[in-house]
Formats: sequence, C-alpha cells, structure tokens
Amino acid sequence: MDLDRSNHYSLRRREVVKMLLDQRDSGLLIVAGLGAPAWDVTAAGDEALNFPLWGAMGGAVSIGLGLAIAQPTRRILVITGDGEMLMGLGSLATVSIQSPSNLAILVLDNERYGETGMQATHTAGNVDLAAVARATGFSECHNITDKKRLRSLLPKIQNGEGPSFFNVKVRAENLPLVLPPKDGAFLKDRFRVALFGSDAVR
Amino acid sequence: MTLWTNDIFQVLVNHQVRQVAYVPDAGHTNLIKRCGQYDEMVSVPLTTEEEGIALLAGAWLGGDRGVLLMQSSGVGNCLNMFSLTRTCRMPLLMLVTMRGEWGEFNPWQVPMGQNTEKLLKAADILTFHVDESNRLGETTEAAARMVFEGPAAAAVLISQRIIGTKTFME
Repeated sequence: MDLDRSNHYSLRRREVVKMLLDQRDSGLLIVAGLGAPAWDVTAAGDEALNFPLWGAMGGAVSIGLGLAIAQPTRRILVITGDGEMLMGLGSLATVSIQSPSNLAILVLDNERYGETGMQATHTAGNVDLAAVARATGFSECHNITDKKRLRSLLPKIQNGEGPSFFNVKVRAENLPLVLPPKDGAFLKDRFRVALFGSDAVR
Repeated sequence: MTLWTNDIFQVLVNHQVRQVAYVPDAGHTNLIKRCGQYDEMVSVPLTTEEEGIALLAGAWLGGDRGVLLMQSSGVGNCLNMFSLTRTCRMPLLMLVTMRGEWGEFNPWQVPMGQNTEKLLKAADILTFHVDESNRLGETTEAAARMVFEGPAAAAVLISQRIIGTKTFME
C-alpha cells in the first residue's frame, strides 16, 4: 500500500463536487455516503433532495438503487467514498442485475478512511474500484485523475445512460466540516415532502 | 403452491408492495416465484441481506413500498444497517423463514436461529412468530398494517415447523 500517493493527486474533493452540482438540475436526487462525501455535498448546498448519510456504511449504493427503481424518470447520483464503497462491493453486482439507466455512482477516492485518522483503504493498494464495477457488468466505468477528464465526462455523469460508475482520485486532505442536519427522520421527511408534497408526511 | 404462500402474496398485493428484495431460502421459493411473475412487483435479488435494508430505505424515499425475504441467518447480517431504519423511522417489512429451531439437521444454523428474535427485539423491531400455516396470512396483514401505517419495522418469523425440516435427502 502506498500511503503517500494520494497526498499528491491534483483533484480536490470539494472542487469536484462543486463542479458536479454547479447549475444542478432541479430533478436530480442525491444520496451522499457517510463522512466526507456527505460534507462535500452539503458544502455545495444543503438541499431537500439530498439524502446525506451519517451511518449505514456500505449502504449508499443500495439506497440509490431503491430510489432509482422507485423514480425511473428522475436522475439519481450516489456520491460516496472509497471506504464506504469497499464495504458494499456486492451492491454493485446487485445494481448490475437491475441495470437502472437513471443511476450514476461517483466515488471520491482519496485512498483513506478520512473520519477515523486517515488510515489507508484497500485502494491505496492495487484495488481498482472502476475495474470492480466493470467486472460486475457496468458498461460505463471510468477512472478520473485530472480536471480535463472530469470536465469531458461531466455530461455522462449528469445525464449519460446508466448504470454508470466514476472513480475520481482525489487528494487526501482533511477539510473544515460542513455538516448536514443529523436527524435521519427529518432528512427522510424533508426529502419525501420535496418529492411528493406535504401528503408524504400525513 | 402451498396455501400460505398465496395468503402472504395476497397481503403484499393488497398493500401495494412494489420492491421485493431477497436472498433466497428454500422456504421462500414459491413466494419468490410468484412475486417474480407479477408485473406490479420488481424482484431484487441481493448478494447479502443488509443490502435489502438499504434498498428498501431508498425505495421509500422514492415512494415505493417493499418487502425483504430472507432466512434467519440473514438477520445477523442486517444488524448495523437497522440503524438506518430506526434513525430515519423507515417502514420495513421482513418475512423471515426460520432455521435452527425445529429439528434442524445443520448445527451451524442453530446459533442464529436461536437468537433471531432476540436480536430483532434488541434492534427495536416488532416480531411476529408464527408456527401454524393458517395464521400466516392474518399475521402478515397485521404486520404490514403496522409497518406502512406506522411507520414501523416488523418481522414475521415463519417457523421451521411450517416449512418442514430440511435433510440432505431433499
């Protein structure tokens, strides 16, 4: 495992998420994996149609899948981290079987467990998450290591035929926390009211 | 098809359950087949049961009702993911076929089978243990009502006595 490598990656996670969500489509639904990805998404705007996780590690992709099946006319974007994705690798196989065309998964891969002391994850070794996604049957799988590539793939991330998988190598860095609301029931109700109106909580 | 499978299927239809997530169990064979043939339902085979807890949370965010079918050993795989159900107050309906409780031939099933209900209760999940097949329809109906009108999380535990004891000969 190479603990130094990701200290030198050019892409910065907050910038990446900001680029993704700049001029965000009002119909886009986002699931954000626990830890830094949830803070990154919140830094770009605490929106009702974000579902940021504070736990449920390994479950972000499955939540995105349930949402994608329920809302086939909407675009679903799961933004998560490498540690969270590694805990739920099997869920990529489950997505592949369903093959929802409206689901995109984007991993902010800093090769570290950021919330627990920046220990190396398996991607600091030879584990290639985009290759895992390809092996489970995803046809759109990309590794992204620089801004030019990210910019050229933006249309695919935002609107391309899914299921698609984007592994973005980002610099290992601890950034100021930008926290979403913590109460899960509130986050759920806020999301459902934004989708269905106030009847959703009646 | 055994009668109790029809009863449970009808309850799921009546409650407009759409996403049917499962890790297969012999006891669920007919129900899985029946749901798979019904156009209004989407079958989602999982690689491990906790995916189903997360999947059905996403389903509910998007307005779909769901059910998770699994055997008792799968409950152990779900424990941390139940935090999502509880913290977010998500509805969750589980139908669990029991192993390791009634003439079990495989001792490796016994530790989870003997503790399934205890673990579910520890996770604040309502449990309904059924050991007579003619009670399965009404029990699933009672559980589904509490789940979808609550919201609540509930598991119907289908006794190994109903399913029959598995042997290597089958």
